[in-house]
Amino acid sequence: MAEGVVSEAAAALVELRDATKSYGAVRALRDGNLALRPGEVRALVGENGAGKSTLVKVLGGVVRRDSGDMLVDGQSVDFHSPHDARDAGIAVIYQEPTLFPDLSIAENVVMGYHPLGSFKRIDRGAMNGQVQGLLDRLGVKLDPERPVRGLSIADQQIVEIAKALSFDARVLIMDEPTAALSGAEVERLFAVVRTLREHGAAVLFISHRLEEVFTICDTVTVMRDGAVVQDARIADMTPDEMVRRMVGRELSTLFPKQDTAIGAPVLKVHRLTCEGVFVDISFSVHAGEIVALAGLVGAGRSEVARAIFGIDKPDAGHVEIDGRRLPAGKPLTAMRAGIGFVPEDRRQQGLVMDLSIARNATMTRMRALSRLGIIGSGAENRLAREWATRLRLKFHRLENPVRFLSGGNQQKVVLAKWLATEPKVLILDEPTRGIDVGTKAEVHRLMSELASHGLAVLMISSELPEVLGMADRVLVMHEGRLTAELSRADADEESVIRAATGHVGEVAA
Amino acid sequence: MQPDTAASASTAATPGTTDAPAQRLADRARAAVGRWEALLVALILATFIFGQSVSSEFLSADSFTTGSLDLSEVALMALALTLVIVAAEIDLSVASVLALSSALMAALWNQGLPLEFIMPICLVAGALCGAFNGWLVTGLGLPSLAVTIGTLALFRGLAYVVIGDESVTDFPATWTDRGFGNFAGTFVPNTMVLFAILAVAFGVLLHATPFGRSVYAIGANEEAAHFAGLRVKRVKMTLFVLAGTVAALAGIVISLRNSTAAANVGLGFELTAITAVLLGGVSIFGGRGTIVGVILALFLLGAIQKAILLSETISSYWVQIVTGALLVGSVLGPNLAARVTEARRRRPPQRPKEGPR
Amino acid sequence: MNVEATPAPGPAVGEGAGARRLTEWVFRVRELGIIAALALLIAVTAILEPRFIESDSLRNLALNASIFAILAAGQTLVIITRNVDLSVGSVLGLSAFLAGDLLSGNQDLALPVVFVLGIALGAACGLLNGVLVTWGRVPALVVTLGTLYAFRGIAFLWTDGRQVNAETLPDAFLNLGTDSVLGVPFLVLIALVVVLAVGQWLRDYRAGRELYAIGSNPEGARLAGVRSDRRVLSAFVLAGALAGLGGVLFTARFGTVDATAGTGYELTVIAAAVVGGVAIFGGTGSVYGAALGALLLGTITSSLIVLRVEAFWQQASIGALLLLAIALDRFVGLRVDAALRRRSSRRAA
Repeated sequence: MAEGVVSEAAAALVELRDATKSYGAVRALRDGNLALRPGEVRALVGENGAGKSTLVKVLGGVVRRDSGDMLVDGQSVDFHSPHDARDAGIAVIYQEPTLFPDLSIAENVVMGYHPLGSFKRIDRGAMNGQVQGLLDRLGVKLDPERPVRGLSIADQQIVEIAKALSFDARVLIMDEPTAALSGAEVERLFAVVRTLREHGAAVLFISHRLEEVFTICDTVTVMRDGAVVQDARIADMTPDEMVRRMVGRELSTLFPKQDTAIGAPVLKVHRLTCEGVFVDISFSVHAGEIVALAGLVGAGRSEVARAIFGIDKPDAGHVEIDGRRLPAGKPLTAMRAGIGFVPEDRRQQGLVMDLSIARNATMTRMRALSRLGIIGSGAENRLAREWATRLRLKFHRLENPVRFLSGGNQQKVVLAKWLATEPKVLILDEPTRGIDVGTKAEVHRLMSELASHGLAVLMISSELPEVLGMADRVLVMHEGRLTAELSRADADEESVIRAATGHVGEVAA
Repeated sequence: MQPDTAASASTAATPGTTDAPAQRLADRARAAVGRWEALLVALILATFIFGQSVSSEFLSADSFTTGSLDLSEVALMALALTLVIVAAEIDLSVASVLALSSALMAALWNQGLPLEFIMPICLVAGALCGAFNGWLVTGLGLPSLAVTIGTLALFRGLAYVVIGDESVTDFPATWTDRGFGNFAGTFVPNTMVLFAILAVAFGVLLHATPFGRSVYAIGANEEAAHFAGLRVKRVKMTLFVLAGTVAALAGIVISLRNSTAAANVGLGFELTAITAVLLGGVSIFGGRGTIVGVILALFLLGAIQKAILLSETISSYWVQIVTGALLVGSVLGPNLAARVTEARRRRPPQRPKEGPR
Repeated sequence: MNVEATPAPGPAVGEGAGARRLTEWVFRVRELGIIAALALLIAVTAILEPRFIESDSLRNLALNASIFAILAAGQTLVIITRNVDLSVGSVLGLSAFLAGDLLSGNQDLALPVVFVLGIALGAACGLLNGVLVTWGRVPALVVTLGTLYAFRGIAFLWTDGRQVNAETLPDAFLNLGTDSVLGVPFLVLIALVVVLAVGQWLRDYRAGRELYAIGSNPEGARLAGVRSDRRVLSAFVLAGALAGLGGVLFTARFGTVDATAGTGYELTVIAAAVVGGVAIFGGTGSVYGAALGALLLGTITSSLIVLRVEAFWQQASIGALLLLAIALDRFVGLRVDAALRRRSSRRAA
């Protein structure tokens, strides 16, 4: 099933053969085949939920495979804990921070392997010196004795890499390390990765940014639906081909965009500023219009959305709906004024995973559903069922917790929750992240349909095709500032990326 | 439905929720024994059988009366605490508020105020204590566990400041009879009628109102609740005020019931009340539990207490041991059941062959 | 891998030293703050009532705080791992009665044997707590609330209404509670040794540092290969053992023991740790801070007595102090966080 296998002379440092892993009835990983050779930077790509994280966890000793073989230097091994993986020279840098905020950088690096002095006491001098040496080798100026609390994500990753260096890891696995980095920080990371490669280490690099994959990687493993579907040299692949492998179908069916009549401005954002996060953001969204807010991760887009909805209080500026100014920092008022907000993190912010579909879908309408202060479960279920039908939600029972739904269906519940409030403005932060292709198309069709009914839509997206396909207007942010406003005609890949990376002058919104 | 297998798998595998599959199995295990409430009913029945076997007096109106009277105040406080714990907070200060209310009652009575005046003042004082807790938690963002350990000492201390080690025992008989007596010629104590009214009120509040829905949402995921426009701080504040008010009411009840108001009443009641709540199936992490479960847990605790007290062979000290064991067992049981199911379902990974091949 | 040098893009300004100084300063201030509060309290009390600094009075103060300091040291170990042990008071009660019962039944029993048995009983209780928390996956609050009852119930069953009196205990044992070595009461010496030993273990040994790691980021600790369950278990066992030691010392100090010994201690002990800067959600704090917290709480009680402030204010002031401590910690913590972030972003810019 794996096509075009790379033939390498060198023996694999670590190899996974036909590994499988199930959680309950769900098969998260099957046909897990992967080999990492010295001096190789291998990309691991696939859509969210394709099984990349599970594969990484198996390699890192966090979860045990149900079947299949794992070999280190050709020898069969069985990791029982992250400890074992570490002893085998495998270091994993996870997406979620795994550092200890209360402890110093040095302690974070050597945790469990502190250099010891007399009476097995920790030799702090040696520890700090050793870590200082590692940081110097990585070319960063960080004090090993400062606590990790307050470090930027990029610096935290440097600490993680120092940790890997500290035990001479031969295999470094990085799970989306660039997701939250700025351009300069990505460059610094790549410089480190190249040096590691030159010294014979193997790197497994997971990223959603294909341009990065083509910049830094030698080989690629593509996963889809829990299985490895391709193993190839980067040189033999094109980005289009890679995407096709990942999604398993052509992309042409995506992004249906209807032309709609643009109405009066509904949402006006006036000189919104939050110190150190975003500065002087002004724009408006009209009825029937889809405005995309583009930019790199960390540019401050989600923070702007949060401030508009009142989750965070801005330091200056204000938001108007239909010409009426909203008080700052009051989500309920924003909601009543007609804003709906589908947040970035569906699992943590969009839904209460333990509550039922019905409860989640009607959470914004509880007061309207109650008579004399009592909620009738009949009314609740009717409303939930109505929206479930309209959004073609796939579910067993409305009483089931939403966590049993797939990502796409979960997103539909979030949408139902906000559409039930009959909003005038809908803010969607990464509306199709981590959901399957079919549902993605449905969400896009729905957005288009809603706009045609006069809804003003503000969409934040990191996927360029989505931005270009859906938006009537594209606003681009770079490091907390609006750097461009592009009409549908002017917006193309190049113009958006230039603005997102700060290569254009300021454009008045 | 065609589940998006891979997506839900990555859900299960996210670090930080690595126990999710186990937790899910634990849920299923709980569902397998029927609901938790069904298990509590079974335990109550078992206790009835046991109780009747140790003493023929067990299943009598009289033992219900005396048994339920002893638990009155804990039962009242457990109702309000249920909501607090469902919202993923905790209030350890309730028994101290109870004492402060009792002390206030004694002091004001000594001043010559009529009880009809004193009781509303006590309730307001309780509400203020709750508001103070609520302000420290929502306003200053302090953890409620630490806050209410502090106010546990503070409010109890204030109770001593108010009345010292005196006690007041000369409340008018009309009122103390109400506290001690039964309801309109039945064997049901008045305090139980009060409990029943409040139980219905809190049950409706938690299970059938927007407020109650908010409590569950906040307890299960505070951030998501905030993002859905729920007023998290206001809800939590209200819960602490409710807990304080009900605790003050319990203070009035205990003073009238025992015809004694003092600062040292109800020592350690907070732990008994929390035990009842947790035993009732409310998750200490919030977001889960029902008022019915807590009521059943209170019945169970009362029945066990009464049965052991009536028994002539079993030392009354067993009450504490059984209570503690039940509390731990109520969480341990489902966890272990899930463990067993998991182990049985999962095939061990194929052992790698030894040595090079 | 072996990396010698990699290019460092962008200017990197040395920010670390400042950040380190800031946090170190805050950390020191936390403990110095308690010492200052303690000194102030003693000074004010001494000025108002000179008898307070007579050796007898200070001696009593130190004796009273000693047992709490030992318990607070154990509690700190558990709280640092993001757990809590509410059962310490009950464990102390069990071991106190064990010591009393053994010695009144057999006057010639070697004292070390009593200590070992008392500590072993405590450790066994801690082991049960720890096993239920780690292997049983039951939240520590639930487990130790349950064992608070269960252990107390067992103490009542065992004593069956009996009381051990000072007259039935050997003098050698009771002298432990009153004797001094070079003017320092023996009990205080034991507390000092325990606090220093546990403090050093926590500060300078891998196992100790791993406790901080677990409390600071439990998932991170697991991924870093820390054997969390084993460490948490050991924290509970140690806390239990120290509660057991506290129980034996309780009997030596007070001579009279019944089943209620140590009732309600759990909250005072937790309060002492929190006042001493141990964060209730783990990851930060030291045994020294906790011991100082215990001393401060004890001193407040003593000075109020000496000042003949109505005894009734004691508890209220302890509660107020605890609230003040956590509110201040929160305030300072927010400030330090903001400062660290500013430094970090300034460097990045």
